[in-house]
Amino acid sequence: MVSRKVSRRRFVASTAALSTAAVAAPFVRGAYAAGKLSVGFWDHWVPNANGATEKLIKEWGEKEKVEVQIDFITSQGNKLLLTTAAEGQAGSGHDILAQNTFLPARYAEILVPMNDLMDDLIKENGKVNNTVEYLGKVKGKWLGIPATIGSQIKGPCSRLDYMKQYAGLDIKAMYPAGEAPKADNWTFDTFLKAAEACHKGGHPFGIGLGTTSDNVDTIGAVFNSFGAVLVNEKGDIVIKNDQVRQALEFYKKLMQFLPPDVAAWDDASNNKFLVSGQASMIMNPPSAWAVAKRDAPQVAEQCWTHGFPSGPKGRYAPFLPFFWCTWSFSKNQSAAKSLLRYLSTADAAEKMVNASGGYDLPAFEKFTTFKVWAEAEPPKGTLYHYPNPHNHQILSVAAAPAPHKIAEQIYNQGIQTQMAVRYFKGEALEKTIDWASGEIEGFMRN
Amino acid sequence: MADIAASNSTVATRAGRNSLHKLVQRKSTVAFLMALPLILLITILVAYPAGYAVWLSMLNKSMVRFVGFGNFEFLFKRETFWEIVAQSCLFALTAVLFKAMIGFVVAHFVNNIPTKGQRKWRGMLLVPWVIPAAMSTLSWLWLFDPSYSAFNWIFAHIGLPKISWLGEAGWARFSVILVNVWAGAPFFLIMYLAALKSVPEQLYEAASIDGATWWQRIWYVTLPMMRNIIAITILFSTIVTFANFDIVRVLTAGGPLTATHVFATWAFKVGIESGDIPLGATVSLFMVPILAVAATFILRDISKRGSEV
Repeated sequence: MVSRKVSRRRFVASTAALSTAAVAAPFVRGAYAAGKLSVGFWDHWVPNANGATEKLIKEWGEKEKVEVQIDFITSQGNKLLLTTAAEGQAGSGHDILAQNTFLPARYAEILVPMNDLMDDLIKENGKVNNTVEYLGKVKGKWLGIPATIGSQIKGPCSRLDYMKQYAGLDIKAMYPAGEAPKADNWTFDTFLKAAEACHKGGHPFGIGLGTTSDNVDTIGAVFNSFGAVLVNEKGDIVIKNDQVRQALEFYKKLMQFLPPDVAAWDDASNNKFLVSGQASMIMNPPSAWAVAKRDAPQVAEQCWTHGFPSGPKGRYAPFLPFFWCTWSFSKNQSAAKSLLRYLSTADAAEKMVNASGGYDLPAFEKFTTFKVWAEAEPPKGTLYHYPNPHNHQILSVAAAPAPHKIAEQIYNQGIQTQMAVRYFKGEALEKTIDWASGEIEGFMRN
Repeated sequence: MADIAASNSTVATRAGRNSLHKLVQRKSTVAFLMALPLILLITILVAYPAGYAVWLSMLNKSMVRFVGFGNFEFLFKRETFWEIVAQSCLFALTAVLFKAMIGFVVAHFVNNIPTKGQRKWRGMLLVPWVIPAAMSTLSWLWLFDPSYSAFNWIFAHIGLPKISWLGEAGWARFSVILVNVWAGAPFFLIMYLAALKSVPEQLYEAASIDGATWWQRIWYVTLPMMRNIIAITILFSTIVTFANFDIVRVLTAGGPLTATHVFATWAFKVGIESGDIPLGATVSLFMVPILAVAATFILRDISKRGSEV
């Protein structure tokens, strides 16, 4: 082994020579002259779906001469949530970060307003639904751009065979591919009867009542269909109303026909219940169907994604949007907006939706009729109604229209699912409502 | 004059150099310098976060106003919070009790195995403790899974009814305690085994000569000799079990309802998931004074006994 001792004199001489060379070197315009941009996007469940996004971002970077660093951050184990919290606390982080549902409102004070960009995008791509506006626009300020990646409707995904065999319902006829729904009879009464019949047939509906997002989204849509509001838009607790009582009564009836452990379900439980062939119906975006297509094709062949049943106050379905947001401490805000504009074109959105196999659902009105949903199979047309192409249902989020900081806690602590489980387990209705009222009072603190 | 000044400055420099030399040569200085990296590490990774958590717990929800103990006052009025306190105590005390008992019994069994084969038993019994808890809990989750529970599969095959392991409050509490005991008992086992090995054999011989029964030997010889280790082990384990996060988070995430939440999981729910970081910090700090007082008494007792010996 050869060792070479560097003397102090030699070290000084070498560094001086290097410094002189560096200072004297001419400025060369690099490939990334417009600076750097760091992007933190949601890491997709669907294999290879990140690839399309990565390609689009690279194309934009090369065109705009911006060096882009892309991180796909998983939401498993709350990693994306923790990253957002850490960046918000530290005042440093990605120039663009994906944030879902109530997070933009949580960080409203430190996010860059996107009104200029959103005004243009709405003109080009059509309106966004009321839920996206409720979650993404606070006090007239757009806090982010509705993201294609990860946004989803969590509607029913039914087994065609079981629903026909046990409940006598022809789901395909109610929601025919390529046509408007013929589902006027698809109400909560029909839904309950079908739940009972499928339960008797040994293949119950798989609707969770834990405190994670899938569970809360479903009960949120049911509450909205009953007009059951816990806190109004002014922030007043209005939980003691007949609509809330009706919604709880409905759940009490429904829970008799659900698997006994639904109170412990998380976001993976309903997927597993469908893929294992046990469920007649679950409430989920098409990820469960996609997994079945890979692991249990005989199950996937019988799946059909469709609309929610309607309640006394209308037909509501849960919509869970992601937003692409830019921190106010971002050092390259103009480049961030330029990239977001690029990713929000119809062409880019369609590429991302295709890569996700139809899972991703852009929020803009003109982006709900891409071919992928009509063509997805098996069976052909299974995802046609997933993006709500005929505006058959009102897209909603649990705990709305409460002010965001209250709604966020109602949502994240699963107050509605907890109420349903408490009442089902035998607690008196008024006691359950009092308990929830007390919890919500605690969320009012500033 | 210049010569004198020069000579004075030389003397002063030499004296300074000497005192610096002496300081560096002192054992306490060397010890301090060697411990400095650890002190820095603890300051950065423990003291600063702990201080920051205390500071956060005294801010309002939007973290712009100092509220003193306002968050603690708020918590004391919440029904759910007292449920969490009760559950945390049930979880920690039951788990520590069973870990200590199982550790004690198994340590005796292992101690009685001939030295030749003892090492492999020790190694095997330590496995639950050395596997990262989040990973092993994932395996337990599959055993308890609502749809695919392996236990229920066995029950179904022997004609027993299925158990809703994680869906019923009682069974869910049992499950999280069971996994905690499974993962934590080897720590007690190894500590107790070390203590057992240090008990002089002559004491047992003397007890036998005096006609002591098996129980009397345990009560009058083994237990007094292991008292300090038992106290320290229980103290450490109680602190760690009260602060447990991973097992509950992975297995039940605090559910069903809030039936299995403990301080750490509830703090995460309130602070990170629901966006109320000061309240989350307050929940996580609630046990600090209680555990600190308990630790002080236990450690004082141990040091008192140490000085008596």
